[in-house]
Amino acid sequence: MRRYSAPFLFLLPATLLIALFFVAPVVTTLYLSLTDLSTITFRHPRWIGLGNYASLLRDPFIGKILVNTAHYVGFTLLFNVGMGLLLALLSSSVRERYGNQIRAVWLLPRILPPVVYVVIWQGLSREAPYGLISDLAGTTRNWITARPWDVIILANGLVGASFGMLLFTAAIRAIPPDLFYASAVDGATTVQTVRRVVLPLLRWPILFVTAYQTLSLLTSFEYILLLTNGGPGFYTTTVWSLHAYQLALSNYFGNVQFGLGAAMAALLVVIGVVVTSFYLRLFNFRALVGEPKVEVN
Amino acid sequence: MPLLPPRWRLVLVVVAALSLPVVAGILWLFLTGSFGEVHGLVPRGPLALTNWRFLWESIGNRPPVYIPLLNSMAFAVVVAAVVVTVASMAAYAISRLSFPGRSMYLGLVLMLHAFPAVSLLIAIFYILRRLGLFDTLTGVILVKASLDLPLGIWLMKGFFDALSWEMEMAGLVDGMSRWTLYWKIALPLVRPGVLALGTFSLLSAWGEFILPFTLIVSTRSWTMALYLQSFIGEVFTDYRLAAAVGLFYALPVLGLFVLGQRYLLNVYSGGVKG
Repeated sequence: MRRYSAPFLFLLPATLLIALFFVAPVVTTLYLSLTDLSTITFRHPRWIGLGNYASLLRDPFIGKILVNTAHYVGFTLLFNVGMGLLLALLSSSVRERYGNQIRAVWLLPRILPPVVYVVIWQGLSREAPYGLISDLAGTTRNWITARPWDVIILANGLVGASFGMLLFTAAIRAIPPDLFYASAVDGATTVQTVRRVVLPLLRWPILFVTAYQTLSLLTSFEYILLLTNGGPGFYTTTVWSLHAYQLALSNYFGNVQFGLGAAMAALLVVIGVVVTSFYLRLFNFRALVGEPKVEVN
Repeated sequence: MPLLPPRWRLVLVVVAALSLPVVAGILWLFLTGSFGEVHGLVPRGPLALTNWRFLWESIGNRPPVYIPLLNSMAFAVVVAAVVVTVASMAAYAISRLSFPGRSMYLGLVLMLHAFPAVSLLIAIFYILRRLGLFDTLTGVILVKASLDLPLGIWLMKGFFDALSWEMEMAGLVDGMSRWTLYWKIALPLVRPGVLALGTFSLLSAWGEFILPFTLIVSTRSWTMALYLQSFIGEVFTDYRLAAAVGLFYALPVLGLFVLGQRYLLNVYSGGVKG
């Protein structure tokens, strides 16, 4: 086995960390979801089989949470992909220097610490006369309590749009210049070139960004937690992943229901595992794993 | 696009207008952090140094600001160091060494890269409690570094793949060990990758909120994200104070942004999560 001692040692630290904080948590989530672990039973959790899943089905608010999740994922996705595409197309149609500056500005929401970003949104959404949004809209109310969904979707969208923007820009740059010259020679206007040449070639990147962001939006709740914490009022903006988090880890409801939260998270974990293994088939995997050139060990 | 549309200046005006909300947000942060009263984006009072009083006194029963500041610095630097070291070692093995299960390992890394790790938070909480690492910076550092690993391995593998292998072959023929090859020849050649991954993990750890929020309780282990969050978690938020703290916390990031826009664009175009 000496032959493989080098790869073993090189891979050891990464493997340990991945086992501890990726593989073990997947198993633990599934295991916990089958117990009644909570504040009361923390020392002696009981095995209750699918009990948690059954109580999820009986929960009268689960429908509301599902609708909220679909609303959140759907609209944010629409904004992310649409805005990303628009920004990529527009910033590629101006002088390179300005295009880069525009893209850099859109990177700001992504690199700012999320809590700072949320402080900014809260400040802009304040009631008149302090908030910029209520100034512009001519209202007096705090915009987060007045239209929580708009703020949540825009706040997520301004961060998410830059992902598509960067990917689409790279894809536009990879289009052979000849195609643009040919289309210009044929007398096509810029709009026609975009519609008939650029957009068809962006089909795969668009599919990729949509697939990727659907999955990450389904599980993300950081901005909702910070902006509204599921409110205002009862479950107004509570999505699936946030509810799982609150059930398992926050004292919002008094008794922390760890097992029940784990059951909700387990469904997300299963979706995640299934979808990501599907990606492997979708995006040409074999090409990525050609054998290394130096075979000596 | 290789051919500029005839009315590209108009396009520039449109896309600049679209970007105004982002600029307005940053402007708000600077103005509200600096003035006594701001309506919208218009200052209505004199400059107020008192917004920055958190620098020299404790606010409420929060710890003095230097504690979360030092914690955040340690957190970001150690996470970046761990990610770069561990990821580049693993990436080197995957890119350059031959071993059974290699393509399975790469498949796993690729899968985890797309896997939404937030969904594991509940289990991670449980595991850290079992390990006795709950409520310690060490615990959060390990978790954050692990969650950034798949991306790091993936990125570094790309850089190692691009190296010509003749140089390594020569080293091998001269009797160098794999470890010496990696340390003395391969790693110095992928410096751009190391820098890119280092910058990315540094920024991502500096901003990290949900992990410390979930895994840290005691104020002496607070990071800047938790410190700032404590100001907006109150019933009555003093936005001048919150904006000043936020500005203070975001300054290193904003500085990097001003100095290295092009560089950051490259880092974030390199296949980074969204």
